[in-house]
Amino acid sequence: MSYSKSIIDDIFGGIRPAARALNRSASTIQGWYESGTIPQKHWEDVIEHAKAFDHYLTPDDFFPVSTPKMSSHGYSFEKRHCLSIDDFHRPDIETLLSLGEHYLDLGVQKNPDRSVLRGKTLVNLFFENSTRTEKSFELAGKRLGADVISMQVASSSVKKGETLLDTATTLNAMNPDLLVVRHGSSGAPALLSQKVSCSVINAGDGMHAHPTQALLDALTLRQAFDGKTDGLRIAICGDILHSRVARSNVKLLNMLGAEVRLVGPPTLLPTNADRWGVDIFHDMKTGLTGCNVIMMLRLQLERMSGAFVPSKREYFHFYGLDRAKLGYAKKGAFVMHPGPMNRGIEISSDIADDPDISLITQQVETGVAMRMGILHALSNAQDGVRS
Amino acid sequence: MNTLSIINARIIDPASGYDDHGTILIEDGYISAFGPSVIAGEQTLDAKGLICAPGLIDMRVSTGEPGRENRETIATAARAAAAGGVTSIVIMPETNPVIDDMSLVDFIKRQAENAPVNVYAAGALTKNLDGQTLTEIGLMSKAGAVIFSNGTHPISDAQTMRRLLSYSASFNALIANRAMDPSLSKGAVAHESDLSSRLGLTGAPAAAERIMAERDVALAELTGGRLLIDMISSAEALDVVRRAKSQDLEVSCSVSINHLALNEVDIGDYRTFAKLDPPLREESDRLALLDGINDGTIDVIVSAHDPRPAGEKRLPYAEASTGAVGLETLLSAALSQVADEKLDLISALAAMTCNPADLLGLESGHIKEGTPADLVLLDLNAPWVCNSDNLLSRSKNTPFDGRRLTGRAVTTICNGRVVYEA
Repeated sequence: MSYSKSIIDDIFGGIRPAARALNRSASTIQGWYESGTIPQKHWEDVIEHAKAFDHYLTPDDFFPVSTPKMSSHGYSFEKRHCLSIDDFHRPDIETLLSLGEHYLDLGVQKNPDRSVLRGKTLVNLFFENSTRTEKSFELAGKRLGADVISMQVASSSVKKGETLLDTATTLNAMNPDLLVVRHGSSGAPALLSQKVSCSVINAGDGMHAHPTQALLDALTLRQAFDGKTDGLRIAICGDILHSRVARSNVKLLNMLGAEVRLVGPPTLLPTNADRWGVDIFHDMKTGLTGCNVIMMLRLQLERMSGAFVPSKREYFHFYGLDRAKLGYAKKGAFVMHPGPMNRGIEISSDIADDPDISLITQQVETGVAMRMGILHALSNAQDGVRS
Repeated sequence: MNTLSIINARIIDPASGYDDHGTILIEDGYISAFGPSVIAGEQTLDAKGLICAPGLIDMRVSTGEPGRENRETIATAARAAAAGGVTSIVIMPETNPVIDDMSLVDFIKRQAENAPVNVYAAGALTKNLDGQTLTEIGLMSKAGAVIFSNGTHPISDAQTMRRLLSYSASFNALIANRAMDPSLSKGAVAHESDLSSRLGLTGAPAAAERIMAERDVALAELTGGRLLIDMISSAEALDVVRRAKSQDLEVSCSVSINHLALNEVDIGDYRTFAKLDPPLREESDRLALLDGINDGTIDVIVSAHDPRPAGEKRLPYAEASTGAVGLETLLSAALSQVADEKLDLISALAAMTCNPADLLGLESGHIKEGTPADLVLLDLNAPWVCNSDNLLSRSKNTPFDGRRLTGRAVTTICNGRVVYEA
């Protein structure tokens, strides 16, 4: 990105005034203006003279901020909503992942181009409690310069009998630009997206989809495997029936060319899951054989009506991830978990906390970057920015 | 004497198989003569070659009267019925209060006195539909209830169901029970399949329907009661009925028009207007049900008319109400299947006229000398697009909104009076 233009125009008031102030020829300044950068040997000089115009520059202002790519394979990202992985084709996913990668650099992430979401309003609408997802969207929005408000609707007007669409109408009247929704019913964000004029981002709906989690998992995998997800053998294990994360991950990982397996007791596998383009296993030993990655899922006790497994003890014995079961996987396999974890039920603490094996902390870190990328892409699509 | 002659009609009586062009002579609300050689009277109605069939009998209509008049009243339902070629409707007992004693059966009859079509009441099987306490089936029968049902919820207790069937046998009352195992369908909002698990919706397997159908058939065999398996939706349940019929048990079954015309894919992206109870199932189920009509295994096609205001429907899928209006689309949706050559015309008409009449013990549903002149003139090939805004029903929750349909009622005659003209 060019920064010289704004320094010359905004601080000095144009090429000629800048030339006069810096006591250089106009053609030199013209050169800076066109190249977009200012040679390092002149920085001191510019900083010094800018003070006379009441601007206090630092050397940071002279580092070019790279502009992330907004397109992939010639397709620019033009989607309005992020409701499900089904909404995107492969080039969209590549654009999103490369944007996520761009923000993964902590230097960029903490000091990004805050004009990306400047003047935009992001509303976090959470009908279900969540700390990590909500805060990561909040942080992502704030880092990109948006005004962010978070609403815990679970505790407000819904209890007074307001329907989802009433809430949507009310919010819409406040003219947000981005609406992040988590809801306990499958399809609720899709319903909302039909009634509001802003972009809707699904942050988890019932047992249906959690596309941003799938994207951040994919980005974490890219980082761990040097950008290659093709041909990875990935086992998703545990409570797949109640998991929106699993549903979105199956779609995305299949799209990225991974070989996906579902491992779990028959009562926790969805009907006809074998038609999802995955292999189904009911025991960890055969299921984990040769796997590069093991994604453990939380046993969602709160969504269960009736008994799906006899006891936590038995569940851990057969499906909980410990050192012995990890031994069935490929040597050097990584372990992931979308969190929050039930330690000792689906995963043992020593694996979860082993930095050589576990990517769980990376997943949280990636979360903010990936969500910055998603917000950036959607916002650009709103403004009709093409590359 | 008040007479009306319908001339130039193709007269079809599904019960007798009669199919000929001619004139129908109506005197004082009854059919006095029909056939090619009948001489028309002074007042005539020219059918212009359209089919004249018995008016439809819809055995399963819910309204909101009493208690939920914002959904539908008996008067609005009756107008909608007339527009759909339906001349007799049976009102389900799921009202507030529940139609569970004589006075409420009487209330329905009085409310319907000025209705354009015949209105009958179904009595509740149990007090307040609690599934346990038997209602006064005998007295309600006497007061005019033509069928007994527990509404949406099946009688889950087998002993209660057994007693209901055996007690009602002495009054020859028809007992309708939904085929749905309550524990297998608990929390379900869709058919359990690949599609619903992708959508993240809790589904009920077809086996839930089969189990209850098997139980009720066994109880009917044990008690000798008259059982109607209410609204089957799967090929599995159809097999149960087929086996029961082959053993000469007095078991009948109905299917809703929605399950003949739509399948689970119609819920698409969480379309709550296609959220029904029982849920829409797979295409293979739909095709099996259509065959069930053609071969006579399924006795009755109902509209399953269940009016719901938009506020109950425009919710996230799992929270939205089930049900769809159907009085005005019953005939057209069935004729569309005839046009698609999936349904045989005579079998389809029989399932909406003479079959329900015989089950309920009504005189209408036939074209016969001396029967009430409840008739419909229908255009088999008229193409039209269903627009929910144009429905006469107070609620507009139809899954057919925007769909192309073939065939519709042109004129409806009830008790010799023209009650609807397109």
